[in-house]
Amino acid sequence: MNLDGALQTFFAEAEDFLNSMEAALLRMDEGDTDMETINEIFRAAHTIKGSAGLFGLNDIVSFTHIVENVLDRARDEKIVISSDLLSIFLPCRDHIAVLVENARQEQENDAACLAQGKALLDSLQPWLEAAPQQVAANVPAASVATTHASNSDVETNHEAWHISVRFGPDLLRNGMDPLSILRYLRTLGEISHITTITEHLPAFDDYDPEQLYLGFEITLISNASQQQIEDAFMFVREESELKIIPPRSNIEAYVNLIKSLPENTQRLGEILVKSHAITFQELEAALATQKSQAKSSGAVGMLGNILIEEQSVPAEIVNAALDKQKKVSEKKTSGENRFIRVDAERLDILINLIGELVINRQRVDLLSSKMGNPTLIEAVTSMGNFTEAIRDAALTLRMVPIGDTFQKFKRVVRDTAKSIGKEIELEIEGAETELDRSMVEKLNDPLMHIVRNAMDHGIEAIAVRQERGKSSSGTIKLTARHDAGNIVIGIHDDGGGLDIERIRKKAIANGILEEGEHLTRQELFQLIFHPGLSTAEQVTNLSGRGVGMDVVKRNIEELQGGIEIESEVGVGTSFSIRLPLTLAIIDGFHVTAGHIDFIVPQNTILECVDLNSLMHVQGQNCVNLRGEQVPYIRLREIFSLEPKDHSREKIVVVQFGEKRAGIVVDELHGEIQTVVKPMGPIFQALKGIGGSSLLGTGAVSLILDVQQLIGFAINREHLRNNAFSVSAQEQEQ
Amino acid sequence: MNQPSRQKKAQSVEVIKQYLTFRIGNENYGLELSQTREIIEYSGITEVPLMPNFLRGVINLRGEVVPVIDLAVRLGRKPIEVQKRTCIIVVELQNSEQNHVLGLLADSVSEVIDMNDDNIEDAPSFGANIRADFIQGIAKRDDEFVVLLDANSALSIRELAHLVEAQLQ
Repeated sequence: MNLDGALQTFFAEAEDFLNSMEAALLRMDEGDTDMETINEIFRAAHTIKGSAGLFGLNDIVSFTHIVENVLDRARDEKIVISSDLLSIFLPCRDHIAVLVENARQEQENDAACLAQGKALLDSLQPWLEAAPQQVAANVPAASVATTHASNSDVETNHEAWHISVRFGPDLLRNGMDPLSILRYLRTLGEISHITTITEHLPAFDDYDPEQLYLGFEITLISNASQQQIEDAFMFVREESELKIIPPRSNIEAYVNLIKSLPENTQRLGEILVKSHAITFQELEAALATQKSQAKSSGAVGMLGNILIEEQSVPAEIVNAALDKQKKVSEKKTSGENRFIRVDAERLDILINLIGELVINRQRVDLLSSKMGNPTLIEAVTSMGNFTEAIRDAALTLRMVPIGDTFQKFKRVVRDTAKSIGKEIELEIEGAETELDRSMVEKLNDPLMHIVRNAMDHGIEAIAVRQERGKSSSGTIKLTARHDAGNIVIGIHDDGGGLDIERIRKKAIANGILEEGEHLTRQELFQLIFHPGLSTAEQVTNLSGRGVGMDVVKRNIEELQGGIEIESEVGVGTSFSIRLPLTLAIIDGFHVTAGHIDFIVPQNTILECVDLNSLMHVQGQNCVNLRGEQVPYIRLREIFSLEPKDHSREKIVVVQFGEKRAGIVVDELHGEIQTVVKPMGPIFQALKGIGGSSLLGTGAVSLILDVQQLIGFAINREHLRNNAFSVSAQEQEQ
Repeated sequence: MNQPSRQKKAQSVEVIKQYLTFRIGNENYGLELSQTREIIEYSGITEVPLMPNFLRGVINLRGEVVPVIDLAVRLGRKPIEVQKRTCIIVVELQNSEQNHVLGLLADSVSEVIDMNDDNIEDAPSFGANIRADFIQGIAKRDDEFVVLLDANSALSIRELAHLVEAQLQ
């Protein structure tokens, strides 16, 4: 085992734990008092500390240790987690994250960082002292833990533990250092006595320097729990023989309890261990008894009964634990998933290969239909169906729920609201909606910007809200839903709304808009994305400098998406971002114009019609489609392609957001699955083409970016006051 | 060979490099062999609309979409007319950020030559009819001159992208 690899695993796990810790803390902030939530936070801190100790990351250990102590007291109902305490815990979590990050970057923690840690620990002090006990009686599970605190969770008295360990011979080869364990034990308490057992050392000739022959007898003065001490040996536990004898115990009883590990995990046991009623060893002994009983009587005794018979735990504890086990197992079967960690790069390779498969499939399709052999065609068709299924399944591998992204905003909103003296609640809807992982990463910044803007400029100050007859606490709502191959993400606030007239005036003042220029409502709203236009009255450190909203729009467009705004003064503002689910493989419609092959993304297409069968609006690039005016673009004109006769032109009617338009092409070829290939930096300035893809014949086709194309057409042909804006306006009304 | 000195005056040091030579019109050009990846037969290019003349389009190179540059236009000559021996030289350029793969249209590929640095002259300050920074040096071979191109400058992605942008405005 490579220790570097183990270290990377530690970092990855620490990140997960820190995230779940934050989520749990925020849940508590919202009034969640479930014991399991406190346990979750405790477990996170505890595991981070334990693993960090193994890698000698002492700053993390010493800091987290104190945090864990406070959590432990909360777990034992010695203190109540108040909002004051939560306000310290959250920065504490952040500090641990900083320490972990520094360790990952192999950076020394600088003085400022350490000072901050110190300050945080100082503020935790009041909860650490054996202060007046505020035992909350309303949590039943808690009483279980407190009644047995005397057994294993001896917090107040310093006690001497005896630890006897014989390390496995392969420990060194596996990259473990027994010294690091001893070092870690020192953080739990004081090692008052230690004897090295050297009896297993062989004669010099037989000595293998890579083998570990040592054992230790350790006397440890510590107020740590048995579990904490055991955790020090977590990574070597399996190979080594470990005996831990708690203070003041009947030694013989415990020695007898240590048996081999059971093959399968026993949930009941786990719960008992967690509530400090027994330790793993006791559990295992009980399991062994269960086994031997089963052998002798042929019937398997209930584990709980055996524990009671052996009097290791009082009956009521077992009952409480059994109850809890039921609840946990119900939860598990309904919601909990099992995960495998996979390197993102491997996943990308798979998706790329499947992309190639999709292209090759098209080629085989083409060949088989040319040959016209019905059996072959049938086989190829069925292979094609599987290819499609494989593609869809592979793409779902990269899909992640957007909830994790939304979750991060809870913290942002909570902290920011406090700092600007507003009351803001964040609501989340559709957290389970999935989208491509690569998109999630790029979505973070734009979302963050819009949410900050909403908090800063959208939601009014408390006094203003009350004056306007609104509830003093504002609401920001993040929503996500799927809609026809797209994902639509909404950010709504119930704040002051956008004043369209003010936007117009500001735009005119800044020379973006000319006096008397006619724009639709949506177009006016869109002006806020113009660089250098900020309607906020004052500049704050959050936003209001007029940079950012244009970046938001650009980021969204880079993802082939669009953003729309709806707002009413005094009621609130809604942004809705529409994005494709994935960027890797799309369903498209193959057309040609001039002699170039183009792909129109399928999800934008409404219908295809013969252009000459439609009534033209006099003098304009606009047709009458069932009574509706649809402006159109000729691909050949906009891309300056060689003219051809106009007799057989087709119009592809597309929709993007609220807009509807026609794209006139020469020929329609049909649906096609295509893998999007980037065009490279040379073509960056080319608008209207979002990428390229390979056809079954091996030729390259160009994928149209419908929204950009329409925007390009408007700019290029100065249609602003002609067909386009007129009809777009009609649509909106 | 591994001597760090690349000064042409240092007679004692022999630095031999390999160049791929090719013809554009009736002129000979060369590129460092290490910058070229392969030579493929011309079998059609997908035109990209609205592009300047030097950008002939894109090709499918085993699943990779690669832009093709008409080197003649880039060097200020008449566009290459596709004939039987027309080919595409695939070059791979490394700049600080990433690798770029480009196809270069050429009238025909000649050979790979070994060139001692001593036999390469600096680019003339005028008279070559080519932007001086495109030229790495001029080699003489069989009474003919071979213009050795500085690919990183003649095919600078940044400059090409700027030219595309200018064309579109």
